[in-house]
Parts: sequence; structure tokens; C-alpha cells
Amino acid sequence: MNYNWDWGVLIREPYFEWLVSGFLWTISVSIAAWILAFSLGSVVGIARTTDSKILRGIGTCYVETFRNIPLLVQMFLWYFVFPELLPDDAGMWVKRELPMPEFTTAVVCLGLYTASRVAEQVRAGIEAIGQGQRNAGLAMGLTPAQVYRYVLLPVSYRIIVPPLTSEFLTIFKNSSLALTIGVLETTAQARQIEEYTFQGFEAFTAATLLYIVVTSTVMLLMKLIEGRVRIPGMISLGAK
Amino acid sequence: MFGDFDTGVIFDNLNFLIEGMQLTLLLTVIAIGGGLVLGTLLALARLAPFKPLSFIAGTYVNFFRSMPLILVIFWFYFLVPHIVGRPVGGFYSVLVAFVMFEAAYYCEIMRAGIQSVRKGQIYAGQALGLTYAQNMRYVVLPQAFRNMVPILMTQAIILFQDTSLVYVVGVKDFLVSADLVANRENRILEMFTTVALVYFVICLSGSLLVKRLQRKFAQ
Amino acid sequence: MIELKDVSKWYDDFQVLDNCSTQVEKGDVVVVCGPSGSGKSTLIKCVNGLEPFQKGEIFVDGTSVGDKGTNLPQLRSHIGMVFQNFELFPHISVLDNIKLAQLKVLRRSEQEAQQNAMRLLERVGLVDQADKHPAQLSGGQQQRVAIGRALAMDPIAMLFDEPTSALDPEMINEVLDVMVELARDGMTMMVVTHEMGFARRVADRVIFMDEGRIEEDCSKEEFFTSERGERAQIFLSKILEH
Repeated sequence: MNYNWDWGVLIREPYFEWLVSGFLWTISVSIAAWILAFSLGSVVGIARTTDSKILRGIGTCYVETFRNIPLLVQMFLWYFVFPELLPDDAGMWVKRELPMPEFTTAVVCLGLYTASRVAEQVRAGIEAIGQGQRNAGLAMGLTPAQVYRYVLLPVSYRIIVPPLTSEFLTIFKNSSLALTIGVLETTAQARQIEEYTFQGFEAFTAATLLYIVVTSTVMLLMKLIEGRVRIPGMISLGAK
Repeated sequence: MFGDFDTGVIFDNLNFLIEGMQLTLLLTVIAIGGGLVLGTLLALARLAPFKPLSFIAGTYVNFFRSMPLILVIFWFYFLVPHIVGRPVGGFYSVLVAFVMFEAAYYCEIMRAGIQSVRKGQIYAGQALGLTYAQNMRYVVLPQAFRNMVPILMTQAIILFQDTSLVYVVGVKDFLVSADLVANRENRILEMFTTVALVYFVICLSGSLLVKRLQRKFAQ
Repeated sequence: MIELKDVSKWYDDFQVLDNCSTQVEKGDVVVVCGPSGSGKSTLIKCVNGLEPFQKGEIFVDGTSVGDKGTNLPQLRSHIGMVFQNFELFPHISVLDNIKLAQLKVLRRSEQEAQQNAMRLLERVGLVDQADKHPAQLSGGQQQRVAIGRALAMDPIAMLFDEPTSALDPEMINEVLDVMVELARDGMTMMVVTHEMGFARRVADRVIFMDEGRIEEDCSKEEFFTSERGERAQIFLSKILEH
């Protein structure tokens, strides 16, 4: 294998700057998408556990739609197809006036997709607690909303810390898909460095290290959080 | 909006699209097969009492699970020709990438399956005088397998969706074929909608099948 | 038949068994009782080597359980064990549960294993459940099958680890009746249980354990009538109240 090793390329300008910028884009996309995913996913997940058939139905449709289409296809649908489907004025606005269109589209797409997965975790957490707890709350005179607020949610969110962390890491890895619509995140930058300098090994190693460092850090944080919020005697649902 | 939805473009390019789908399916099937074989070996290695072996297997699994699939695809697209010594088609590089990547996920599924069998069952087998191998073969693995199959199948559906990522290196799968048609005929709306619909139908059917099987297995 | 000499066991730093010594002669029925965490389940699991122990010796029919050279699977095939959670194998039928070890460990012929299995199912009163799967049976039925499964190996001794603790009250008796019959037929038995009624009926000796130590080890009559040590007294008073 005749290959010119040149690790220095990683710390030379402009390549170093590219990597830093890419990494920041990765983090931004991930966090923004996670905020969307967590809030919307919680709502949908809770909706699927209520007594209302309509709410459950909507929740199920949401989850099934986003789960059965590849994320990349969804990304293209949002970026290329969605603006065409809007009424003319709105469509024009999206195509011309939308600030940071690639970033926003990636965040919306990733957020909505991951929301469907978060919904499943939240649902699983609530169902794991069981009907008995719900009945006990209602029997005391709490309204259904209060039962969720004081009985079900405090416990279920604690036991799903591992799978939720897993979902966050998945968003973090899936942020790489934003490169297909032009967001120059970590993986894109590594590829770009490779195309410019042919130092693929170095470039991809840098990207790999960045991902591994973040993944390991997040997992460590998760263990800390899990330890802090743990309910004595209860075992959490496993991370996938 | 949907005013001039041209279904004709789909039918005109049907053969091309079908070829793309064939490649997608081929990639999926080979990746599942390879991933299962390698994943089983990894799982056995992880569970082996021989510490160095389980450490190596564990490192492999954690490594591949920390990275995005796109990066893995780029890695192998770049690396395989260098290792082989000459340019290799995108398809083969991508194939290796998928097998190596999926193996890590299959390993974890199988390991969890084996560990999910209750300890009491292992004791019961031992108490009857079964050796470690006999206990594995007649008591643990049959139960582990029953637990694993639905999850393995779900992972296969996920793999099927993930194959669309070969877009980043231009391998002509279903999505890329549709994309080419979309750009050539300027019919982006029709093509991507079709792609989404096709994937949706296939994956939904797949997951409904898994649910049916799950109900059958749960005695 | 079964001999324990100064058996001690630690889980990391925590001592679970503390110099336990006792003997079970052939044909004896020994009941082991005591509060939760006293180590009684651990003790009985040491007898057939399911749990290792760091100090002391255990002999079953002359064979040392702790010895590294001992063929444990072979030893275990001569001792029957019944678990608190029944632990029937859920993926095979009741009949196959009883046949499995006969075929794979004792290498009996299909015919012989089949006949034995049916005979034992008759003995525990469950012939008509032969083709069902364990999950389709009640707890009491499952436990009776478990006893049959252990008996199919023609064991020289039977170990019972809280056989009725996981059962609903109305099913306890059907299992105890099978055990009483077994005792009356002369089987050497070591039974960890809370069922003092059973002890009174068929036990020869009663062992009381507390915090890993054997506190009392005497004949049945002595245990139930004379002045016992303080802890045994408190324990007895708590469970005999019902």
C-alpha cells in the first residue's frame, strides 16, 4: 500500500478550520434537532397512552409514517418536495427567504424523524409502569392529567434515561445525513479534505475520533445522570 | 400543486427503477447474511470466558456503533481499493462497509438475547446434569433464539432503509436511480413521492409481519 | 449420604455461609428453615455444586463436591433438585421436559425415556397434561412436573429449594402431598421450606439457620417441643401464628 502519510494536514489551515467548523455544525444540528425531537416525541408518546382513540390513532400514524421511510428519503422530501407542495406564497418564502435553509431543513427533518423514536421510548416507559399505578392515582381523585404529571411521568422519564440517551446519540450520528443537502458538518468536511489533499486516512480518522469522543462523553454523562435520578430499588429499561 | 403530477414518467422509467431496487435488495440480503455470520462470531467472542477475545470483540462493537454509517461508507469506499491494491467498484466497497457495520448491531442483539434467558433455567439444566454445551444447545439457545428473532428481523428492515445511504458514493440503488430520473426528466415531486411510497409499503408490511410472528412465538 | 463440613462462602466481602456442618443419612428427611437471607437457599445450592464455596467440604455419597477433579454434571445427574420458580423449560412440552435429561445425560433409549416419563406423570397425577407446554399449566401443576423431571433421573437424593413459596395457597397442598409420599417411600430429602406442617409430618430432623450459621440441628420432636435458642423461638412464633 503506497500512501503518503501526512498527519500534519489536520492542523494546517484551512483544513483545521474546516474540521472545527464541521464539528460545530454537527453539534448545532444535533442539539437543535434533539430539542424538537424530545418535545414533540414526548407529546406523541403520551398521546399514544391516553384513553382517547383519536389521540392514539394520530400518534400511531405519526410514528408509523416516520419509521417506515428511510431518513435520507425524508431529507430529500423536505428539501426538494415540501416547498413545491406549499401554496405559492408560502412556497416562495421557503425557497427564498428562509434563513439558513439547509440547516433548518436538516433540523426539521431529523427532529421530526427522531420524535417518532422518542415517542416509542416514552410510550414504553409509561406502559412499563403499568395500569396499577394509574388506577391508584385515579382512585385518589387525581384527574388524568394530574396522574400523568405526578405519578406516571416522573417515574417513566427516569427509567428511560438509557434509551433516551441512545436516541440522542442516534441523532448525533444521523446529523451526518445533513451533508446530502449541503450542510458542511464533520463527515462532509472530512470528505472534502480527502478530495482536496488525498489524505483520506488522516481526514477520516479525525472525523472518527470526533464522533467517538462525543459518544463516549455522552455515555459517561448518562451514567452520571442515571445515578443521580435513580429511584432506589428500580431498574431502568435498557438502552438499545 | 398536484395539478400536473405526471405518473407517466414513473412508467416510462420502470425498468431502470426496478434495476435500482434489485441492487437495493441484493445489497440488503448480502449485508444481512454477512452481518449475521460475523455478528454471531462476535457475540460468541463477547460471551467467551477468554478475556482478551471478549475485549477485542467488545472494542469492535463499540467502535462501529459510535460512528455514523455514512462515515463508515466513506471509510471503506476510500480504504478498500488501497488494501486490494487496485480500484474496486463502489458496490463491493459499500458491501464490506455494510457487513462490518451491521455485524456490530447483530452482535448486540444476539448477546442480549442469550443473556435474557433466566439464570434459573441455566441452574435447572445444570441440576439435571447437562454439560455447558448441552445446556446451551437444548435449554439456552432455543429460548434465546425465540427472543431474538423479532428484533433481528426489525434490524433487517432498518438495514433495508439504510442501504439508501449508498447515495453518497453514487452506487445505483433504488433511491439513486429515482434521483437520476428526477433530475433528467425534471420530475422531482413524482419520483421522490414514489420512492417514499414504495419504501413505506415495503417497510410497513415487513414490520406487520414481524408483529404477527411475535404473537405466534410468544406462547 | 450427604455430608457438610465447615462450609463457608463469601460473595465478595459479604459472608453468606459461616462454618456450616451437618449430615443427612440415607432415607432421612431434613428440613432447613430460617428467616430470609439466612443462607439456606445458598447452602442447598452448594450441595450439588450450583454455587461454589470457598471453605470446607461437601460429600455426596462419598464424592467431594468442591474437589476440582469431580465431574459435576455426572454428580448432579444423581441428585434431583426442585426450584422455587419451577424452572420447567418453556419451549418444550411437559413430557419432553421429563425426557430431556434422560435422553441426553443418562443416554436412555427413546422408548425407555418415554415409559419412565409417563410413569412419573402418573405418579404426580398429571398424565393428561403430557403434551401441554409449561405455560399452560398452573403453578402447582408445574411444580409437580418439576418433581417428576427430577425423579426421572433416579436420584439418590432430592434437594428442594422453597418448593411451595411461589405457589398460591390452594396449590401448596397438592405439591406437599407428592413430597410426603416421596418421603414415605424412603427418599433422602433436604428441603428448604417455611411449611412447618410438612416438617411436623415427615421430617426426621430440622435445621434452623440464621445469618449464614446453623443455629439449631436436632430431631423433629426436639425442635418443636423443647426450649430452642432465642432466634429460633422468634422465627417459629412468627410463622406458626397462621
